[in-house]
Amino acid sequence: MHKKKKKRDGSAVNSQLIRRPIQRWFPLFILPVFACFCIGFVWPFLQGIYLSFCSFNIPKDATWVGIANYAKVFKDPSFAHAFWNTAAFAVVSIIIINVFAFIVAYALTQKMRGSNLFRTVFFMPNLIGGVVLGYIWSMIFDGILKQYGTYLTSNATYGFWGLVILVSWQQIGYMMIIYIAGLQAVPSDMLEAAKIDGATGAQTLFKVIIPNVMPSITICTFLTLTNGFKLFDQNLALTGGLPQVVDKAAKMKVNMSELLALNIYSTYNINKNWHGVAQAKAVIFFILVAVLALSQQYATRKKEVQQ
Amino acid sequence: MKIKKYSTASTILTIAFVLICLIWIMPIIEVITNSLKTNDAINTSVFALPNAESFVGLGNYLKGLTFGNYPFLKSAFYSVFISVVSTGLILLCCSMAAWYIARVDSPFARFFYYLCLFSMIVPFQMVMFTLTATADSLKLNTPWTIPVIYLGFGAGLAIFMFVGFVKGMPLAIEEAAAIDGCGPVRTFFNVVVPMLKPTMISVGILELMWVWNDYLLPYLVLDITEYRTIPIHVQYLKGSYGTVDLGATMAVIMMAILPIIIVYLFCQKYIIKGVAAGAVKG
Repeated sequence: MHKKKKKRDGSAVNSQLIRRPIQRWFPLFILPVFACFCIGFVWPFLQGIYLSFCSFNIPKDATWVGIANYAKVFKDPSFAHAFWNTAAFAVVSIIIINVFAFIVAYALTQKMRGSNLFRTVFFMPNLIGGVVLGYIWSMIFDGILKQYGTYLTSNATYGFWGLVILVSWQQIGYMMIIYIAGLQAVPSDMLEAAKIDGATGAQTLFKVIIPNVMPSITICTFLTLTNGFKLFDQNLALTGGLPQVVDKAAKMKVNMSELLALNIYSTYNINKNWHGVAQAKAVIFFILVAVLALSQQYATRKKEVQQ
Repeated sequence: MKIKKYSTASTILTIAFVLICLIWIMPIIEVITNSLKTNDAINTSVFALPNAESFVGLGNYLKGLTFGNYPFLKSAFYSVFISVVSTGLILLCCSMAAWYIARVDSPFARFFYYLCLFSMIVPFQMVMFTLTATADSLKLNTPWTIPVIYLGFGAGLAIFMFVGFVKGMPLAIEEAAAIDGCGPVRTFFNVVVPMLKPTMISVGILELMWVWNDYLLPYLVLDITEYRTIPIHVQYLKGSYGTVDLGATMAVIMMAILPIIIVYLFCQKYIIKGVAAGAVKG
């Protein structure tokens, strides 16, 4: 690692011909982005961490309250509920999306008429925004449930599985594309060797193909995991977190079909006393997502070393 | 030359996939059929096809244009403007910054690069309240200025992808340009940008899809009584106007997704490639 870095520095220093003149154009090449990046990311991020320790209505009138916001977060039943909801949702959607995406990709890489057309169709839902998707599916689910005399937001179970179906519909096509790329990269001589040695279809699949597409499986698993954790638009548009139940012990309303991202948003909208708590939830949420992303890096690195 | 030969099994598979694909596009077909029906007909049965009685032609579409106390075309205009300008700005500024980062490699450049990597793992919820406040205080809360925010928040992924590509580009070409007396600005636009084109298309598609479909950022930043993008408009149709006019809502949804589907059918090769490239890296 260290050696590699040295080498890269070397190549940059060697090209003084390019380096110095570009450096002189610093204000044109990098300053505008850096300024916007500070406005759009660095400053809001730092301020966000600071405000999670404050009580505030707008950032200007913040008063320091220490870890009181975090203490409130852990006493808030809606946050715990949203967390377990999100975790369950992520696990279920990972399994469903990856299994189906792999099957579809496997079938579409076989010799088959019209596989390009099918690929186009499966991928299409990705282009539609989460809010629009939510409305399309809420109409469909309500239409189905109406025949049984009920409706989507009457029961959190409907909301949960509705969201699973929606997200599967949206993301199977996406993951399929990654799996197809992985499947096409399986060396054909390996497949031929397996065939000559008399391997059955199942043996070829589990002993040759799946080990070879492991990198794609890792990528897709983590993508569905982080997508599941960060899901917001679809959740908002499909059920908006409804139905709402009052937790008697904590005397608080809990939105039963709410995931973490939506919970942060709705906490902020309760009233101004909850702004700091919402920001504290956002920091915890950030740490969760960051840990997931870093463990992905770790997992992919490890795989690469093994190969 | 590969000679294609289809077995019986493959024919069965094809037929099965035709059926699956029909189920797959059912939701879109439902939107189309319901956008042509009267509200009463939608309320009695969502899944019935329009018949002579329930068919309203393009009536819902005409209603949809002004439905929700906000003209649809106005929100479509803001959506197009914001996504095109933001994407253009991101492509231009981030490719320039990425070239600087990859070629100059100073401590500042490296610091900025690592900040960009870091920003990629931060979810929007972490910064949404403070970003809104910052945008308000800097008067960036109009459709004309919101691209600046998109540039700031979206810079991470774009710079990451561009730097990855620039590092793989041979230095010799740029050195040759420099020896021939070409300044950095001209080298960038005449030598580097043409080589960056494939990455530009990938990044451009990713950013365009992100900004076009984004709901929360414009909803929080813009004054929504005056400025609405299409996702905000759709979100408002259900929420705040008493009984829901499902027919008109479906017509609006159809008008919102039809342009994307048409663009997709024409450039699907690039879109699928761009999305896959982004996925593998992000």
